[in-house]
Amino acid sequence: MDKIKNNKIFQWLHERYNLEPILEFVEHKQVPMHKHSIWYYTGGITLFLFIIQVCTGILLLFYYQPGVDSSYESVRFLMTKVNFGWLIRSIHSWSANLMVFFAFIHMFSVFFSEAFKKPRELTWVSGFLMLLLAMGFGFSGYLLPWNELAFFATKVGTDIVGDVPVVGELIKQLLRGGPDVTGSTIYRFYAIHVSILPLIFLVVLGLHLLFIQRQGMHEPEFYESLPPEEKHSIPFFPNFFLRDLLFWLLILDVLLFLAVFFPWELGIKADLFSSAPAGIRPEWYFMFMFQSLKMIPAKVLGIEGEILGIVFFGILGLLWLTVPFWETVIAGKKRPWLMKVIGLLAIIYMIALTIIGYLV
Amino acid sequence: MKIDKKIVISIFIFFSLIFVSEIFAGDSPAEDFQTDECYKCHLENDALPKDFNKEDIHLKSGLTCAGCHGGDATKDDMDEAMDPKAGFIGKPTHEQIPSFCGKCHSHIQYMRKYRPRIPTDQEEQYYTSQHGMLLKKGDQKVAVCSSCHTSHSIFEVKDSRSSVYPLNVPETCNRCHGDKEYMKNYKIPVDQYKKYAKSVHGIALLKKQDTGAPACNDCHGNHGAMPPGISSTSFVCGECHVNNLNYFNESAMGKAFSENELHGCQECHGSHEIEKPTDEMTGVGEESVCLNCHDEGDDGYIAAKKIYEELKSSVALHDSAKIQLDVVKRIGMDDIDIGYKLQKAEQSIIKARTLVHTFDPEKVAKETNLSLKNSKEALELAQKEIKDAQIRRRGLGVATFFILLLIIAVYFKIRNIEAKGKN
Repeated sequence: MDKIKNNKIFQWLHERYNLEPILEFVEHKQVPMHKHSIWYYTGGITLFLFIIQVCTGILLLFYYQPGVDSSYESVRFLMTKVNFGWLIRSIHSWSANLMVFFAFIHMFSVFFSEAFKKPRELTWVSGFLMLLLAMGFGFSGYLLPWNELAFFATKVGTDIVGDVPVVGELIKQLLRGGPDVTGSTIYRFYAIHVSILPLIFLVVLGLHLLFIQRQGMHEPEFYESLPPEEKHSIPFFPNFFLRDLLFWLLILDVLLFLAVFFPWELGIKADLFSSAPAGIRPEWYFMFMFQSLKMIPAKVLGIEGEILGIVFFGILGLLWLTVPFWETVIAGKKRPWLMKVIGLLAIIYMIALTIIGYLV
Repeated sequence: MKIDKKIVISIFIFFSLIFVSEIFAGDSPAEDFQTDECYKCHLENDALPKDFNKEDIHLKSGLTCAGCHGGDATKDDMDEAMDPKAGFIGKPTHEQIPSFCGKCHSHIQYMRKYRPRIPTDQEEQYYTSQHGMLLKKGDQKVAVCSSCHTSHSIFEVKDSRSSVYPLNVPETCNRCHGDKEYMKNYKIPVDQYKKYAKSVHGIALLKKQDTGAPACNDCHGNHGAMPPGISSTSFVCGECHVNNLNYFNESAMGKAFSENELHGCQECHGSHEIEKPTDEMTGVGEESVCLNCHDEGDDGYIAAKKIYEELKSSVALHDSAKIQLDVVKRIGMDDIDIGYKLQKAEQSIIKARTLVHTFDPEKVAKETNLSLKNSKEALELAQKEIKDAQIRRRGLGVATFFILLLIIAVYFKIRNIEAKGKN
C-alpha cells in the first residue's frame, strides 16, 4: 500500500481529489475466513464472466450485421474467415452459459447461507434482478446468429410470452416487431441485447456492488457467534483480490479449453417458411420452466394450462425476489429449517425438470 | 312505423345463410342419387355391383346408373325403368365397353363441361394398342377400359384410391400380366412385376412412394399400350434420360446398335429389372456389361477399361476428401469452401457417368479430371483446416502454460503476503 501512496500519479490525484477515504476503505475492508468462504468467490467469478461478455461482445459488434440476409452470414464469416473470430464467438457463447450457471450457484449459496437477511435485502433483490437480466441476455442473444434452432426457440419463447394474461399479446408484438418472428425481430433483439439490457444491467450491477462494499461481506451465523479471537479474516486487498484472480485465471483457461475443443456450433440458417425441426429446445436455463409448461394439462379447472403455468412461475419469481421480506414471517428463528427445505425443493425441482426436458 | 335496425339486419343475415347453404346443397349430387330409382331398387334387393362406390367420380359429377346403362331412373316399376324403349342398354359386353365409355369420353363437346382439358382420344388410342387390336380380333380376355379403371369405383388419376394412381398402376397391370394361367395363350413373360419391383424404378415408386418414378404406363403408354419396338426402346428411356440418349445416339456405338437391330438401352441395363447402375458396369471386371460383346484387347475393351479407371479414381479421391470434410465438421472448423469444392467434384462425376454413353474415354476424362481437381483442392483445404485445428490446440497449450505460470505466481504472492501478515 505504501508503494501506491508514494506513486507520483497517485500523489498528483490525491492532491486534487483527496483519495484518503478510498484508500482507507481499501485498507480496512476485510473478508471473513471460515469453512464456507469458498462461496464468496462465486460472485466474483460471475462478475469476471460478465466482463468477458462485455469485451467479447464489443469485439463481435465489429463484424456482426443484423438482418435476415446478413445475421447468419456475418457470424459465419466471423467464425471462418476472421482471425480469432471463432475464438471470440465461442468464448462469448460459453462464457454466457457459464455466467448464468455461476449466477445460479452464487444465488443459491447466498440463499442457503441466509445472506439475504436484513440488512442485505436489496443486495438479494438486485442480484436476482441481474439473474433475470442475464437470462434476458441469453434469450435475446440466442436469436442473433439467426440459425434454425434459435429461430424456432424464439418463436416458441415469444409465444409463451404472448400467453401472459392481459399484457402478453402486447409484449409479444413488441418483442417480435410484428405478429411473427421476422427480420424485424432480429433488430429488436439486437437493440435489446447490446443496448437496453447492458444499460439496465450496469446500473443494477453498480448498485449490487455498492451495497456489498457498503455493508461488507456477510458473516454466517456460526461465524458471528465465535469469540473474537477465533474469528479469522483476511484483507480484501490484496489477499482476497489475489485469490479471486486465481479463480478468474482458472476460469479463463476453462473457457479457452471449451472454445478450442467444443467450438460453439452455428447450425443451419433459419428459414422462415420451413417447418419446425425436431428437438426444438430453449437454452438449458429455461428448460425447467419450458418442461413444466409442456407437462401442465391443456385445461386445469377450465383455465388454459399454459396461462396457469405462466402465472405460477410469475408468482414464484415474485416470491423468490421478495424472499428477505417474507422469510422472517414464515421461518425466522422459529423454523430455521424451513428456508433450507424450500431452497432444496427448488433445486431438486429445477434439476429434475431440466433432466426430464433433455430426456423426453 | 319505426323498424328496428337490428331486426332488419337479423332477417338479412338469416336469409343470407339460407341462400348460402342452398348454394352448397346444390353442389352435392348425393341427394339426386339417393332418390334414383335404379339405386334404390338395386340397394333394396342387394343387387348393387360388387365394386359399387358412392365416391365414384361419375356419381359425384351427377351421372347416375341410367347415365351409362340407359333406362328411366324416375320409374319405380322395373319393367318401365329398364325398358329398351326408354334407352335401356343394360350391361355392355366385353367388346362393347370401349365404345360404351367412348360415347361420352370421345365426345369433346360433352367432356368439355366437366374437364376442359381432358383428352378425348382414349378410345381411338385404345384400338391402336395391343389390347385394342386383339379385342377387334375377338379376344375376350384382353383389357378394356373397366379392366384398368374398374366399372363403378372410378376415381381421378391423382386420387390415391384410383386403380390407375401412379403407385397403383403396377399392381393394376399385374392383375392380368402376372397371372400365369390367364396369360398362358399370349406367350409373354409373367414376371415383369416381380422384376420391376426389384428395379431402381420399382424401388423408387413402390418403396419410396416417389410418384415421379416411372410405372408401367410411362414406358408402354396408357390407352395405346404397346411393348416398345427395337427402334423405340431408347426413345422411351430418353423421355427422361435425355442426355444419355443424345450421347448414345451420337456415338459410334449407337449407330452400330441400330444397324445390328439391338435394343439401345436394354442391352446393358435390361428392361423391367433395371438396377441402379454402378461404375463396375463399365470396365473389364465381373460385373462389366461391355464384355458381353467385347473381347480382351479390342478397342471396346480398352475404352471400357480406361473409362472405369477414370471413374474409379475420381470417386476414390472424392470419397477420401468427403471423409476429411466430416473430420473438419466434427472439429468445428471452416467447412464451407470444402463443401463447395466437393459439390463441384460430385457434379463432375455425375456428368462423367452420363458421358459414359459416348463410350469415349477422352470425353469422360474431361469431367473426371475436373472432379479430381476439385476433390484435390477440397482435400488440401480440409488438411489445412485440420492443421489449423492442431495449431489452435497447440495455442491453447501455450496459453494454458502461461496462465498456469500466472496462477503459480499469484499463489506464491498470496503465500508471501499472508506469511508477512502473520509475522
